[in-house]
Amino acid sequence: MSVDTAAPDDLTGTDDRIMRRGFGLLGRGIVAEKWWFTVSVVGSLLYGAMTVADAWVLGWATDHVIRPSFERGDVAEGALWTSVFLFIGVAVLRALGIVGRRLVGGLVYYRLIADYRRRVTRQYLSLPMSWHHRHPTGQLLSNANADVEATWAVFMPLPMALGVVAMLLTAIVAMVEADVVLTLVGLVVFPALFGINVFYQRWLSPKAARAQSLRGDVSAVAHESFDGATVVKSLGREADETERFRAATERLRDANIEVGRIRSVFDPLLEALPNLGILLVIVLGVGRVASGAAEPGDVVQVAYLFTVVAFPVRAIGWVLGELPRSVVSWDRVDSVLAATGSMQYGDRTLPGAGAVQLDLRDVTYTFPDADRPVLSHLDLHVGRGSVTAVVGSTGSGKSTLTSLLVRLVDPEQGRVELDGVDVRTLTHDDLAAAVALVPQSTFLFDDSVRENVTLGSEHVDDATVWDALRTVQAEDFVRALPDGLDTQLGERGTTLSGGQRQRLALARALVRRPRLLVMDDATSALDPDVERRILSELAARTSDGTGPTVLVVAYRKATIALADEVVFLQAGRIADRGPHHELVVRSAAYRDLVDAYDQAREAQ
Amino acid sequence: MTTTTAERRTAAPAPATEAHEVTGWAVLRRGLALSPQVMEGLGVTLLLALLSTVGASVVPIVVRAAIDDGLGDGSQMDEGRIFLYAGLTLVVVLLTAGAGYAMRVRLFTRSEVALSDLRVRAFRHVHDLSVLTQSSERRGVLVSRVTSDIDQISLFLQFTGVMIVVSVGQMLVATMIMAYYSWQLTLVVLVCFLPLWLSLTLFAKHMSRAYDTVRRTVGEMIAVIAEPVVGASVVRSYAIERRTQRRVDAGIDRNYRANIRAQSIVAVTFASAGVAGGLANAGVIALGVVLGVAGGLSMGTVIAFAFLVGLFVGPAQQATQVITDAQNAIASWRRVIALLDTPADVVDPGERGTTIPDEPLGARFADVAFAYPGGPRVLTDVDVEIAPRQRVAVVGETGSGKTTFAKLLTRLMDPVEGAVLLGGVDLRDVPFSDLRRHVVMVPQEGFLFDATLRENLQYGRSGATDAELETAFTDLGLADWYAGLPQGLDTPVGQRGESLSAGERQLVALVRAALADPAFLVLDEATSAVDPQTELRATRALDTLLSGRTSVTIAHRLSTAESADRVLVFDAGRLVQDGSHAELLAEGGVYGRLHASWVAQSNLPGRMDA
Repeated sequence: MSVDTAAPDDLTGTDDRIMRRGFGLLGRGIVAEKWWFTVSVVGSLLYGAMTVADAWVLGWATDHVIRPSFERGDVAEGALWTSVFLFIGVAVLRALGIVGRRLVGGLVYYRLIADYRRRVTRQYLSLPMSWHHRHPTGQLLSNANADVEATWAVFMPLPMALGVVAMLLTAIVAMVEADVVLTLVGLVVFPALFGINVFYQRWLSPKAARAQSLRGDVSAVAHESFDGATVVKSLGREADETERFRAATERLRDANIEVGRIRSVFDPLLEALPNLGILLVIVLGVGRVASGAAEPGDVVQVAYLFTVVAFPVRAIGWVLGELPRSVVSWDRVDSVLAATGSMQYGDRTLPGAGAVQLDLRDVTYTFPDADRPVLSHLDLHVGRGSVTAVVGSTGSGKSTLTSLLVRLVDPEQGRVELDGVDVRTLTHDDLAAAVALVPQSTFLFDDSVRENVTLGSEHVDDATVWDALRTVQAEDFVRALPDGLDTQLGERGTTLSGGQRQRLALARALVRRPRLLVMDDATSALDPDVERRILSELAARTSDGTGPTVLVVAYRKATIALADEVVFLQAGRIADRGPHHELVVRSAAYRDLVDAYDQAREAQ
Repeated sequence: MTTTTAERRTAAPAPATEAHEVTGWAVLRRGLALSPQVMEGLGVTLLLALLSTVGASVVPIVVRAAIDDGLGDGSQMDEGRIFLYAGLTLVVVLLTAGAGYAMRVRLFTRSEVALSDLRVRAFRHVHDLSVLTQSSERRGVLVSRVTSDIDQISLFLQFTGVMIVVSVGQMLVATMIMAYYSWQLTLVVLVCFLPLWLSLTLFAKHMSRAYDTVRRTVGEMIAVIAEPVVGASVVRSYAIERRTQRRVDAGIDRNYRANIRAQSIVAVTFASAGVAGGLANAGVIALGVVLGVAGGLSMGTVIAFAFLVGLFVGPAQQATQVITDAQNAIASWRRVIALLDTPADVVDPGERGTTIPDEPLGARFADVAFAYPGGPRVLTDVDVEIAPRQRVAVVGETGSGKTTFAKLLTRLMDPVEGAVLLGGVDLRDVPFSDLRRHVVMVPQEGFLFDATLRENLQYGRSGATDAELETAFTDLGLADWYAGLPQGLDTPVGQRGESLSAGERQLVALVRAALADPAFLVLDEATSAVDPQTELRATRALDTLLSGRTSVTIAHRLSTAESADRVLVFDAGRLVQDGSHAELLAEGGVYGRLHASWVAQSNLPGRMDA
C-alpha cells in the first residue's frame, strides 16, 4: 500500500494553500447564508452541550441519587425526580439541537446549491455564444450540477464539526471540574481521536476520489459499448469488448479494495480508542477515589463522556477531508461565474411588416482561435420576398453566415442590415421576431409538442400551431402521438426520429411568422419526398408575398432548385452567384460540388 | 408515413423482464448464490463481525464490576480485582479491534472481487440480448444495470448489510447482558425503544418515498439545466432567455424542496432515537434506585445500564436510513438478477455448429417472418434468394421492414418463422466466430470507439499490423485522405468518433469492414449530408469494397438503386417488388412512387446538361 500521500510531513505548501482557500470558501458560504447558518450552529452547539450534559447528569445522578440511596437504603426522592427531569430535559434539548443541526444545516447546504445553480445558469443565458463555443457541453453541465454540489458538500458536516469543537471544550471544562488527573486522559484521547480522524480523511480522500473517477470510466466503457452494439456484434467483438470492460472494472475493483483496506484499519481503531480511554479512566479513577481526590460520580461521568463524544468527533475529519475537493470544484464553478461579456442589444424596432430585405455589407468574421477569417469582406444582397440558397463546401463559412443574421455572433467588421436597419440597433425581442433560424441540429425541450413549437408565446393559438405543423408535413405524426399536442417529448417522454425533430424545429420557426427565415441544412434527415413538399410550399408562399424572405444553406439539389438565386461560397468569399442553371455552366467548382454524388457513380 | 416510426419507437420491444416480484429474502439468496465469492467464508466474516461488537458490550460490564468492587463507595476497594478486570477488558478491546479489521478486509476484498465478476457477467450478457440493437431507449437502462445497480449492491454488502448484522448483534448482546442483570430494567429499556421500532417501517416508507422524489427531481433538473447549454443557440435566436430561466429556476426549486423534505425525515428519526435514549436512562435510574434500595440490584448494575442504553441509541438513529438503503440495494439486486435471467435470445451454437463454406456466398430467406416480442409482425412471408456476388439494393419507406431484413441477414436477431440461410447453412447453426468472418454489417453512421484510429480499425481485424492497416487505406483509394492525418494511425477519434467529420467516420467504417474481409456485406446507407468531397471518396471506396463480394445495401438514394444488380422493394413488412431498376421502373407500383420523389430532387440541370 502506498503511503506517500499520507504522511503529514509530506503536506506541501500547495496543500496549505488549498486549505487556506478552503477556509476562504467556507467564509463565502457562511456570509451568504449567515442567518440560517447561525441557527444551525446554535443547534449544533446545543447538541454538543447537551451531549456533554448527558454525561454530567449521569455523574450527578451517581453522586446525588444512586450512591446516597444505596448507602442510606432509602430512595432520595427529591433528587431522583430531579435526575429524571434532567435526563429527559437534556434528551429533548439535544433532540432540538439535532433538528437544528441536521435540518437547518441541510437547509444551508441546499440553499447554497440552489443559489449557485441559479447563478451559473444565469451566466449560461447571458454569456455570448462565442463563450459557449469554447466550452464543451459536458463540462458546462457538470459545472452546474456535480461541481456546484461538490463545492458546498463541506457544509453538510460543518455545523456538526463546529458543534463538536464546542463539545470538546465543554467536555474538557466538565472534566477539569470533575478531576484534574482524569482530565489528562481526555487531553490525550481527544486530540488522538481528532488527529487520527484528520490523518484518516487526508489519506482516504485522494484514493476515494480516484475510485470515483474509475467508476466514471467503467460507466463510459459500458455506454460506448452498448451504443456501438451493432458494430460490436457485427464484427464479432463481444469477447474483446468484455475484456475491455473487465479491465476497467478490475481497475475500479482494485481501487475500491485499496479504499476498503484504509477503512479497515481506521474504523476499528476509532471505535477502540474511546473504550481504551474508559479503561484508563477506571484504572486511574481507582487511585483518585481511594485517595479521596475524586468522587465515584466523577469517574462515571468522565468514562461516559468518551462513549458519547467519540463518534461526533469524526465530523471534523469529514470537513477537513472534504475541503480539497470543494476547492477544486469551486475553481470550476468560479471560472463560469467570473466570465464576463454578453450580447448587447439596441432599442429600435423594425418598421413595416412582411418579408424583409437583407444586406451584408463588408462583413468579416474570424473564429477566436483561428488565424484567418472564415468570412472576409462579404457583401450580399437578398431581395425582399426572394429565396436564396447558399452553397459551399465544409468550412466555406455557410453556418457562420447564418449565425450572423440572428446575432449568435457579430461580425468583427462590417454590418448586417434588415431593410437598411443595422441588426445591432434592434431590441432582442424585435430581432427574434423578425428573423428565425433553423439550425443544423435540432434541439427539443423536455416539454410538450405545443410548447416546443410556441416556446411559451401566448399569442400563438392551437389553430396556428396546427397550421404550421401542416405546412411542415408534421400534422399526421403529431395527431398519432398518444396525447397529440400535449405529448411530452424528451428524456422521459416520446422519442422522435431525426426527421420528425427537424419538422418540429421548422414549425417552431414558421409559427412566429418571421420576416426572414434562415435554414441551415435544416432538412437533412427528412425523406426526400417530404423535404420536397415542405420546401415547395415554403417557396410558393414566399413568391406569392405571404411568406418570409428565405435564406437556405443546402447540399441537395431539391433545395437548390427552389431558390431564385444561388450564392456559391468558397473560403469565406462569394465565388459566384446567380440562378442554378447559370452557375452550373460557368463554374466548374460549383458543378463538382453539387454533382458529387452522380459524379462518383459515373467514375466507376 | 413516418407516423409508424413514432409508434414503433414508443411501443419498443418488451424490456428484459422484471415479471414477477420475488421477496427480499429470495432476492438475497439468489444474489448470494450468483456470487459464490461472497458466500465463501461468509460464516467466518459474520462471526468476526459479531466479535467486533463485543468490545463495546464488555465495557459496561467492567464499569459495573469496578463500581461494585469498591469504586462505588470508595470504602473497601479491591484494587487488584479492578485492575485485573481492566486488563482483561483491554485484551478483549484489542482483540475485537483486530476482529473488526479482519472482518472488514475480508468483506471489502471478497465483495469487490465478487461484484466485479458480477458486473462483467452482466455486461457480457447484455451483449447477448438482441434488445440492445433493437431499442436505443433501453441502452441507458442497461448501462445502469452494470454501473449504479452494482454500486448499490456493493454499498449493501460492505456497509448496510454489515451494519444490520452488527447492530442487531450489538443490541442482542446488550439485551442479554441486561436481562442477566435485571429483567425489570431490561423491560423499561425495551418499552422506551418500542414505539421507535414499531414506527420504523412507517418512517422507512416515508423516507424511501422522499428519496424517490429527490431522484426524480434531479433527473428533471438536469434536463432543464441542459436547455441553456445544449439549446443555447435556440434560446438566443428565439429570445426566450426569461422563459428558459423560469423553467430552470423551477427545476432547481423542485429539487431543493424535495431535498429539504427528505432531510426533515432524517432529522426527525435521528432526534427521536436520542429522546428514547433519554427516557430509557431516566427510567433505568428511577426504577433501578427503587429496586436497588429494596435490595434486588447493585449500584454498579444501575450505572452499567446507562452505558448499555447507549448501545441502543446508535443503531436506533441509523435504523431508518439503513432500512431504506437495504431496500434500494435489494431492488438493484433484483434488477441485475432479472437481467441475468433474461434468456439470451440469439444463441451461439458454438463448436457443435456448422461452418459456412469459404467461397462466394449466396443467401436465402425461406418463408421468413419477424415480430418483436409482444408486437405485431414487422416482416411477413419473405421468400427470396440472393445469388453469390450479387449486388442488391433494398428500398422502402421508413418502417417498411427493410432494416429488419438486413438485421436478420447478420443474425442480430432470429426470425419467428422460417429460416435465413447463408451459403446453404441456417444462420442459427453457424458458430458466431465463423458467422462474423463471413458476414459483416456496416451501420449507417459508422460508429467509432473513443480510441485511436488504429484501435478502431483493429476492431475489423484483431492484431492487424500498421502495414496491413495502411494497405487497406491504399486498396480502397483512401491513401490521400490517410496521408492528410497529421497523427496517422495514432489519431484519436474522440467520443463516438466526433473528432472526425461524419463523412470521415464513414470512411473509417469502410476500411474497418475491408479489414474484416467478409464474403458478404450488409450496408445501411448514410442519410445525413456530408461534405461532397468526402462523399465522393466514400462512394469510390465503397465500390472497391463491394467488388467481388455479395452485398445487400439499405438504399436511400436513387443512384444506389440504379447501380445495383437487383432491387428489393419492401412495403408494410412485405417484399412487394423484385427486379432490376429498369424492370421495376416499368412496373411502377411502390418503386415507381419512390423513384418519382428521388427524381424530383435529383433531376435538375447539372453536369450532364452543361
